[in-house]
Amino acid sequence: MLPNEIYDTLKTEFGDAVIEYNDQQPTDSFILIGADNLFDICHTLRDKDAFLFDYLMCLTAMDLGENVGVVYHLYSMTHKHRLVLKVTAPKTDPKIPSVEMIWRTADWHEREAFDLIGVNFEGHRNLIRILCPYDWEGHALRKDYVAPEYYHNMKVSY
Amino acid sequence: MGLLDRLDDPYEGGGIILGKVEDLLNWGRSKSDWYLHFGLACCAIEFMAMNASHFDFMRFGTIPRTSPRQADFIMVTGTVTFKMADRIKILYEQMAEPKYVISVGSCSNCGGPYWEHGYHVLKGVDRIIPVDVYIPGCPPRPEAFEEGMMLLQKKISHQAIFNKRKRLESEV
Repeated sequence: MLPNEIYDTLKTEFGDAVIEYNDQQPTDSFILIGADNLFDICHTLRDKDAFLFDYLMCLTAMDLGENVGVVYHLYSMTHKHRLVLKVTAPKTDPKIPSVEMIWRTADWHEREAFDLIGVNFEGHRNLIRILCPYDWEGHALRKDYVAPEYYHNMKVSY
Repeated sequence: MGLLDRLDDPYEGGGIILGKVEDLLNWGRSKSDWYLHFGLACCAIEFMAMNASHFDFMRFGTIPRTSPRQADFIMVTGTVTFKMADRIKILYEQMAEPKYVISVGSCSNCGGPYWEHGYHVLKGVDRIIPVDVYIPGCPPRPEAFEEGMMLLQKKISHQAIFNKRKRLESEV
């Protein structure tokens, strides 16, 4: 199926939870969905016979200024079609449902997004830092991140 | 520079070599350095070439060890992150004296390309452990490894045994 056909099918099933379809970008066309229904939509995308997106190729997060965004690249081994999903959440309270129960790939990817951008994935069973040390403070890839002066008595700046 | 130079002297008939115990021990120590390898980034890839048959690092008498307690020197090849810096310090403290450190590449010398915006990189491994030989390069060529290893051997062979910081008079 093409992304616009998937969008139409999702729109009839979930209504306003599916916000918009965008093919104006030079990159892949994507579907913007609301964070509240993300888990149900992803579950449908994985299990419904017309979709069967059994492979989460990549999960990544972005700092969008006011918001943080999460991008999901999906692929179906059966139907050989692909899809890009996007979700945003306000930076002050970045809660996004976890899809770790749907695709096990999301486990480490969501931990990385939590570590570096600070997205709080609700429902993740082991949401701890994966790259930075466990006692690191702040989320390093945020645009307003300021590195600490010292870490364990080691000077951080040059 | 040491014991071997005296082999040229004519000790006829006796089969005796006169020399200092320190020269003998330093000769042995400098020609059989076992190392703990800390491969942290692309310098470690270059170090693999150094270990392979073209450059043959083991002809210096070095043998890679996996335990710090068996190692004479520690070879830090690559980017030292803060997460790894704690571990390096622990492993260095576990080594038995006399112990040496070779710092390889720009990253472990001074932070390298991460010197300005690298919030996660220690700006030089010499901020946590004392470094004996720095090998510059990004990454260094195997010839630079050889030069660094020879410098370390030279340093070891001129040290007083019971006082690592005191140098022998014979140093050039």
